[in-house]
Amino acid sequence: MNGIPVLTVLTVLPLVGAAIALVAGKHARAVALITTFVSLALALVVWTELPVDGSIGLVERAAWAPSLGIEYHLGVDGLGALMLVLAAIVTLMSVDAAHRVHHQPGLYFGLVLVLEAGLFGSFTALNFFHWFLFWELSLIPAFFLIKLWGGARRGPAATQFFVYTMAGSAALLVAFLAVFLSTGSMDFPHLTLLASTGELEQMVAAHLGAGVMGWPVMLWLAVGVLAGFSVKVPMIPFHTWLPAAYAEAPSPVTMLLTGAMSKMGVYGLLRIAIPLFGHQIAQIRTPLLVLAVATVVMGAWAAAAQKDLKRVFAYSSVNHLGYCLLAIFALAVPAVGVAAQTSQAAALNGVILQMFNHGITAAALFWFVAMIQERTGGHRGIDDFGGLRKPAPVLAGLMGIALFSSLGLPGLNGFVGEFLIFRGVFSLAWVAATVSLLGLLVTAVVILTVIQKVFSGPTPEHWASFPDLHHGERLALVPVIGLMFLVGLLPQLILDSVNPTVVNLLAHWRF
Amino acid sequence: MAWTIYISFAGALLLALLPKGRPALARWLALAVAVAGLALAVQGFVAGMGQGRVTLVDLPWVPSMGIHFLLAADGISRVLVLLTGLAAVAGVLFSWNIELRTNEFFAFFLALIGGVYGVFLSFDLFLLFVFYEIAIVPKYFLIAIWGSTRREYAAMKLALYSFVGSAMVLIGLLAAYATAGSHSTGLVALAHAGLPVSFQMWCFPLVFTGFAILAGMWPFHTWAPTGHVAAPTAASMLLAGVVMKLGAYGCLRVGIWLFPHGLDPWGFSFIGIGSWRDVFAVLAVVGIVYGALVALAQTDFKFVIGYSSVSHMGFVLLGLVTLNQIGVTGAVMQMFSHGIIAGLLFAIVGRIVYDRTHTRQLAELETMHLSRRLPFVAWAFVIAGMASMGLPGFSGFVAELQILVGAWKVAPWWTMAAGVGIVVGVAYTWRALQKAFFSDVRPSAHALEQEHGHELAAITWPEVTGVGLLAGVSLFVGLYPRILLDTIEPAVKALLAGGGQ
Repeated sequence: MNGIPVLTVLTVLPLVGAAIALVAGKHARAVALITTFVSLALALVVWTELPVDGSIGLVERAAWAPSLGIEYHLGVDGLGALMLVLAAIVTLMSVDAAHRVHHQPGLYFGLVLVLEAGLFGSFTALNFFHWFLFWELSLIPAFFLIKLWGGARRGPAATQFFVYTMAGSAALLVAFLAVFLSTGSMDFPHLTLLASTGELEQMVAAHLGAGVMGWPVMLWLAVGVLAGFSVKVPMIPFHTWLPAAYAEAPSPVTMLLTGAMSKMGVYGLLRIAIPLFGHQIAQIRTPLLVLAVATVVMGAWAAAAQKDLKRVFAYSSVNHLGYCLLAIFALAVPAVGVAAQTSQAAALNGVILQMFNHGITAAALFWFVAMIQERTGGHRGIDDFGGLRKPAPVLAGLMGIALFSSLGLPGLNGFVGEFLIFRGVFSLAWVAATVSLLGLLVTAVVILTVIQKVFSGPTPEHWASFPDLHHGERLALVPVIGLMFLVGLLPQLILDSVNPTVVNLLAHWRF
Repeated sequence: MAWTIYISFAGALLLALLPKGRPALARWLALAVAVAGLALAVQGFVAGMGQGRVTLVDLPWVPSMGIHFLLAADGISRVLVLLTGLAAVAGVLFSWNIELRTNEFFAFFLALIGGVYGVFLSFDLFLLFVFYEIAIVPKYFLIAIWGSTRREYAAMKLALYSFVGSAMVLIGLLAAYATAGSHSTGLVALAHAGLPVSFQMWCFPLVFTGFAILAGMWPFHTWAPTGHVAAPTAASMLLAGVVMKLGAYGCLRVGIWLFPHGLDPWGFSFIGIGSWRDVFAVLAVVGIVYGALVALAQTDFKFVIGYSSVSHMGFVLLGLVTLNQIGVTGAVMQMFSHGIIAGLLFAIVGRIVYDRTHTRQLAELETMHLSRRLPFVAWAFVIAGMASMGLPGFSGFVAELQILVGAWKVAPWWTMAAGVGIVVGVAYTWRALQKAFFSDVRPSAHALEQEHGHELAAITWPEVTGVGLLAGVSLFVGLYPRILLDTIEPAVKALLAGGGQ
């Protein structure tokens, strides 16, 4: 774009903001607000500058360390750009929500901005080294945000989060090391091309031997990469770090964790795992589908069993991202005929849309929890409340919209993604789709229970003067709620740019 | 670049002659000398970009025996001289508070630095050995006089190990000189001498082991942790940062260059080990994993760092015996990277934290909430720890990645075992970080009282400068590894080719 390296600028901007925030003391939040606002504007510029054919655009390349296959290679397609927009929106929401950070605000907002840079960097990287750099970079601030500003049991929660993600990263690194050794390349587009012709598999077999313990090496590598991403998304059984981390993190940080960071995992599956290891993933599709269905169903069921609002939404996040996993694994099958290809495209469109929608909706839900906690001095038990809609009708109304979006009510954003996912999955893996419907059902029960217990029924006396949202909060929330309606009613605003990318991606994948 | 040696020794001499009771003068003088050395090193590094080996000085010394005062620099030397310059400046900065016999301290310090510069620049075998020995003496005094925990024991142990190693090297070198019969002790001449394979077969392990002792190779590593812990901070920074590199450098420059056939297969194999190369690879890998596991079990903060050095130096040795371009380049990168990172870690643990808390026990540090009371230090350690773990973006990642890639090409199982070492490395660094800085343990009543009793001293400018220098270099090299790789790669290529041109 006019020679300006806009993706580099976008990634560096939050780092500069972080440096300023560190020394800005009590003005740190203002610095962070300005930075995230400008970042969002830039991300939207990127979105409008995308190539219309769905290929990777805004490419920047420069030599970095050629002997190690390391190159400075950036670029985005519809998927990457949408994730940039999502990350920018969620970070802005998170900074907006964090107006009660009294303890070391400079450091807090500095870390949040570093995290944003990590997100931007990993969503734009097209070289493994670069991508991994930012993948890890986002982990460090997230750890300290939980560790230093979290709730009572923050220590173990932060530790568990760190250990799980690090173990996942190690698996990823080893797998990529093996790929690099076989091909001498760390470049995603180049490796995708090699994989689509089957050369990658031959090269790995030639360099690393045919098989280890009865499995081809390539399959082991696929499992390693999947493990790395499964932790991040998360997929059952790698999810156990999540409820503690989401519950103990301060709510604005949870917004970032679920809204943006969990998408790094799904994005990784789409940008790295499927393009490089699609054929291997297709071979172990059935067990993966079982895990995905388990994530959907058990996530919902676990949400139903929780008494803490944050844990309810935490498990509900597991459930919602489970649909993404379900669709990704369902479409990992050689498509024969136009009908199957259409189903694949529908499922993939659904995944990308679901990533965006879940990001917005989940971040909004945790924001509402933060607002409730502020008003009640920390109460967030599902049974602590009742009848809040009388003293706080605006809060109840807006949160209700967000809850219904999470439930997947038509007309709101959540519906479109899930509809497309099921539209695709039903013809690709109907058993999995059918069982997963159970998840939809239980989610509905969970969401309705929350609405009933918190907002309906008699108002206890001590909540009779529960303060409603003030003007500032309403002003901040209106665009978010508006976005839910907008995407729900006019999904083509996103799909028009995503669909060419989907076609492009599917054309390069080999199952 | 030869002047790096001269000014260091001149500075040492000047400091030794300086009137006592002027500690400030001694400090500034030492800093000036160290900075001048760094400036020369940087100048030499920049000027040497894209060049091969350059002879700096060549004067006959003992003509009858063919000994020359021959200084030269290739890419490997330039990078390690640069490291020495950085470590010297940082070392002086972190010794700013030495009050006991300040003059002598800095005199020994600069003498040590001068010796190290000398080793890295010598291209005459005899000269190299002289500088190598010169470096050992000040080390002994630095630990014995200014050290802490069991300093006499540690100093003696270090000196004995070093001398045994030197003796092995000396025997090997004399034998090589006699066998070559070329009447020159120049390294290039010896490398071209075509020493008989059978001779190389026994001489190589002798020389390699001799040098590897100083590099902290398992099972001859035990001097390292005790020495590091006992040494005053600046000395442990130099010990781990630079002196261990002398050993690794010797392994490469003398061991591998002069005796390339010493690594050839024996012709038979015993439990999968069929050459000296396999033997040393196994020892390196054991060192990596063992060092990391022992570090995980330490209760003394400084011992954690001490054992981590054993583990990280294991990577250097592993990289060396891969004998391929990428592995050996990685080994040199790792020498540089570990020099910087270990220096930073020792500075934080031994100097910044210990001088304020007067304890290195993790259990006691746990109750002090240092992240709140010394936030600068806590974040400095976070950065140093990330670098030490080998996170991408820091120099260690690139170095270890290259070594692993190189090792994989030779024997995948070495790589896998070393990978285990990396995972344990993350664990011990992270454990120390948690315990020392970010613990939630409630302080005892006694500790609380102390906390209110006296505030911890504020961070001083030399500390901030030193941390900034080392952390900045590690980050810069991590993000832009070509700055070093472009210099190292041609030199390694030439060295592995044998001729050295």
